[in-house]
Amino acid sequence: MTNILKGMAFLLFFQFAGETLVTVLDAPVPGNVAGMALLLAGLLAGAVKVEWVEEACDLLLSHLALFFVPAGVGVMVYFDLIAAQWLPICVSMVLSTFVVMAVTGWVEQKLEKKGKPDVG
Amino acid sequence: MWGELTTTPLFGAGITVFVYFVAQLLYRRTRSMLLNPVAVSIAAIIVFLLATQTPYESYLRGGRMILFLLGPSVVALALPLYRKRKEVGRNRWPILVGIFSGALASIASASGLAWLLGGTEKVVVSMAPKSVTTPIAIGIVEKIGGIPELTAAIVVLTGCIGAICGPEFCRLIGIRSATATGLAVGTASHGIGTARMLEVDKLSGAVSGLAIGLNGLVTAFLLPLLFVLFR
Repeated sequence: MTNILKGMAFLLFFQFAGETLVTVLDAPVPGNVAGMALLLAGLLAGAVKVEWVEEACDLLLSHLALFFVPAGVGVMVYFDLIAAQWLPICVSMVLSTFVVMAVTGWVEQKLEKKGKPDVG
Repeated sequence: MWGELTTTPLFGAGITVFVYFVAQLLYRRTRSMLLNPVAVSIAAIIVFLLATQTPYESYLRGGRMILFLLGPSVVALALPLYRKRKEVGRNRWPILVGIFSGALASIASASGLAWLLGGTEKVVVSMAPKSVTTPIAIGIVEKIGGIPELTAAIVVLTGCIGAICGPEFCRLIGIRSATATGLAVGTASHGIGTARMLEVDKLSGAVSGLAIGLNGLVTAFLLPLLFVLFR
């Protein structure tokens, strides 16, 4: 439990640092994404020890999907907006999602250097 | 009385956790990809709110408490990435080129298809950043003159599509490598897709988390530029 608290303190600190950085630089990224980059830099530099954050990270990430639900429910407010142009919106949304997965995956796989085979 | 009960934060937070718990149970029992816990939870809560005529604002009082945890969770995505730093570092160029191609394909196909199918200019513009994580997508759309609310809804639905069938679709079209699969799903469907990839494979999850940030960054710079060129 204390480890989770310690980890949460670090995560919130890095999120705050990320928010601050984004505000100061007026960068087009959200503060939490900048916080992720800062925490990664901290881990790589050895300034942050994995043990300090791993329990909190693993706990939060094992429930990551849950945290998207409230924003998702917000779709209900904009049903009318989607309904007004449902055909172009829905068809291009679905098809484009598959196009992006195909292009990204194929390109990366083609260029990938084989270390040990990592068939997933 | 119902109205009073639903305006307490307990209602929104409680129903979110409860419905998600049941959806998770259902998914574990059936292992059916169509019963994706995020998509099922969102749909079930929407149906419940509409049936009880509860406004989204009342739900959000508690929902916001759950939503708050999304912030530190995105920061936490640094850890899986750090754990897989060797694999990711070895393929940094393929990953960057993959994301760049994906970002271009996303902008072109989303707005191109919407335009071909007769979408209005506002809709075509609002579709363009659909694969990017919500806060970045909204920032971009405000800049280029779309409808931020419509973009927010499309981003969530796009995330659900990738989460429901991303890994299965990749296997179907011959994408076998864990790095490529994670990158494909993360680039196409941001955080909601990443939540699924973290369950499927550790390396895929790590790369997918990286793709949220990088695709967001690439699109944020590329889209306003393309918009000026093609207008």
